[in-house]
Amino acid sequence: MDVRAQMSMVFHMDKCLGCHTCSIACKNICTDRKGAEYMWWNNVETKPGTGYPTLWEDQDKYHGGWTLKNGQPRLRATDKVRGFTNIFFQPYLPQLDDYYEPWTYRYEDLFDSPEGDDQPIARPVSMVTGQNIDTIEAGPNWDDDMGGTPVYAENDPNLRGLSPQEREELFEFQRLAFFYLPRICNHCLNPGCVGACPAGAIYKRGEDGIVLISQDKCRGWRFCVSGCPYKKAYYNWNTGKSEKCILCYPRLESGQPPACFHSCVGRIRYLGVVLYDADRIEEAIKAPQGDLVEAQRRIILDPHDPQVIAAARASGVPDDWIDSAQRSPVYRFVKKWRMALPLHAEFRTLPMLFYVPPMLPVIAKIEGGTYEVSDGDIFGSLEQMRLPVRYLASLLSAGNEELVRESMRKQYAVRFYMRAVKVGDVDKGRAEQILKAAGLTAEEAQEIFYLSSLVMYNERFVIPPYSREYNIEVAELGDVGHRTAPQTHKGETGIGFRKPARRGA
Amino acid sequence: MSSDVLFLQIFPYVAVTIMVVMGIYRNVNDRFTYSSLSSQFLENGKLFWGSVPFHYGIITVLVGHLIGFLIPTGVKAWNGVPVRLYVLEITALAFGLMALIGLVTLAIRRLSDPRVQVVSTGMDFVLLLLLLVQTVTGLWTAVFYRWGSGWYVQAAVPYLYSLFAFKPQIGYVAGLPLVTKIHIINFWALCAIFPFTRLVHLVSLPFTYVTRPYQRVIWYRRDTNRPAPNPGTLPSVSQGAGVPTGLGHSDFYGRMTNTGWQGAIHKDAAV
Ligand code: HEM
Repeated sequence: MDVRAQMSMVFHMDKCLGCHTCSIACKNICTDRKGAEYMWWNNVETKPGTGYPTLWEDQDKYHGGWTLKNGQPRLRATDKVRGFTNIFFQPYLPQLDDYYEPWTYRYEDLFDSPEGDDQPIARPVSMVTGQNIDTIEAGPNWDDDMGGTPVYAENDPNLRGLSPQEREELFEFQRLAFFYLPRICNHCLNPGCVGACPAGAIYKRGEDGIVLISQDKCRGWRFCVSGCPYKKAYYNWNTGKSEKCILCYPRLESGQPPACFHSCVGRIRYLGVVLYDADRIEEAIKAPQGDLVEAQRRIILDPHDPQVIAAARASGVPDDWIDSAQRSPVYRFVKKWRMALPLHAEFRTLPMLFYVPPMLPVIAKIEGGTYEVSDGDIFGSLEQMRLPVRYLASLLSAGNEELVRESMRKQYAVRFYMRAVKVGDVDKGRAEQILKAAGLTAEEAQEIFYLSSLVMYNERFVIPPYSREYNIEVAELGDVGHRTAPQTHKGETGIGFRKPARRGA
Repeated sequence: MSSDVLFLQIFPYVAVTIMVVMGIYRNVNDRFTYSSLSSQFLENGKLFWGSVPFHYGIITVLVGHLIGFLIPTGVKAWNGVPVRLYVLEITALAFGLMALIGLVTLAIRRLSDPRVQVVSTGMDFVLLLLLLVQTVTGLWTAVFYRWGSGWYVQAAVPYLYSLFAFKPQIGYVAGLPLVTKIHIINFWALCAIFPFTRLVHLVSLPFTYVTRPYQRVIWYRRDTNRPAPNPGTLPSVSQGAGVPTGLGHSDFYGRMTNTGWQGAIHKDAAV
């Protein structure tokens, strides 16, 4: 057993209100630079919808992620031969227009225009070319709240698995439903970007699993952009380097959650350490499609298990990190309660960002002029959700509908049970029955309720001590001897660039 | 001093000195600027018809020159049979033409596409121009002064050897036609501007990709031998600066050179 620690995440989709505060926080801190204007390391998509970049989930178009060929994992976009033959021109590279052309407005015209008969206007100008844009045709959230529309929602790749009848029903006015999918880099255990990078500039940090691109080593071969099935590696057209979400590691190292987590208004985000067995990664990515999520859960280890603790220590995981893993909200949502699911596990990257599926309202029918919400038995109504389980399964469980149902049943059961406890207008006995049928105990229901709705800052974000200063000090003065600071550690200790990071010639 | 001495004897030394000194300087000081500076993200269509023929063409021709330089006797022997000579010449010509077509497409693209113009520098155009001169003079030589592959190894290669031996003998090439001389001098010019252009993408070719595991994990420090400290005390193993190896942590490299799915290396070992 080779135990490693991974900074992992849970997004509770049922709580996301689609306010985009996370995106703005990220934009202000990370991508407010020339060449990065079009990037949204954190973005929030409306589902059903086509997303950002448009149709990113369609791997027949973008060829991201891994597939199995003769039982062996293979990148769809590249390999050790195509990494050279396709280097001069990459067949599957998304274009600026697949994202959108970033723009601003000529605000100064509002003030500087000469007096005339008409009101001055602020014309849109491209942030790439600086030229006027006559018609803005796409933007970072162009299909925001456009669930149910034929132009956007209908093209969602996840709808492919639905029957024509299901599709038709989905776009009926009364059934219309949508939800939000906030996305950041998944900091995968088997990242497509790392596998695709010819320069070896992308790596996973051993200590916390954050995936980073060394800006000094990146040579702009841009295979990471093609290799990542989530399209979360971006090419900076100005610097000629690729960039991606860094999970705000400088913030983590000083004990703060990433900006998008910190600013989340709906408090949908959870962050914590998960221990996993790196020796079994290969096994997990080779699992049959329907078993992929379970295979991923299998390599996530129980941080309370004495054997795991011993193995973690032997693998060099510090005790305070093990302690942190024991308090991790992510572990509980993903493995203990089995409620959170990874996005598109079929891409076989083992993404470490998990989603609790949204509890969209069950189907309502108009009968005799009034809205009738079907009551029936509570789990039966799962099949009548406005968004078919099959749709959510396509998104969150590599098509395994049972896993989605399991998670939904638990959410329903907790709600029902807590209603019985707090409001008392439903039968407690029935509520307990439902809990049992969903596979939960009363204590667990309380815990889930607490972690879903009441939980405070320090329990949502369980950040282990990074002790960065101490380690630098040790390296400089401590048991190592006479390494003199700070010259020795340039580039290693956060004292990064010695020159301004400018585009080369 | 004749212009031949200036351009064929002194200039090469100046050019190569600039290339080496400034190349090392940039490599040490300004690693961030190393990039293919790809503009495919901004323009996709014309790039295909430019970059692909250009690169396949120029690289093949360049490798051809290199082979002639490294094993001139082999080329002579090959060319001993006329059919083989024709095959070589025609192949070289075809790749040269490919390079030219690609180059022209690239130049047109850079001059005309508004998005690509945003990321175009003066140096980009200087480079394209010099490369254009290089391919045109090369093709000219190939077409009009045959058989180039024959006398390349008889004249140019000994000339290059003499330069490398610091006993310059420009007599080998002084009598060549003007166009061919321009081809040679322009080559030295390309050497001279090498460290100031995007050509540096040539010295960062990603050959390690062939042998490395797909996954890369880098540890600041991973000590799998030392007992972990108690919670609350100072943790000795976690994020931090690289610690040199061989300090009694016998297991250090044992685990660092992990060949499992996530190939792992230590930060100090990372190149
Ligand atoms: C052998 C390996 C080589 C590799 C892997 C390579 C790779 C690349 C790549 C990825 C680009 C960017 C294309 C884009 O815009 O997307 C590029 C551009 C370029 N390369 Fe290379 N190259 C190689 C050899 C050469 C050679 C031998 C030359 C010339 C002597 C050369 C000259 C250029 C030039 C001039 C450009 C800019 C093209 C433009 O105007 O857009 N390359 N190369």
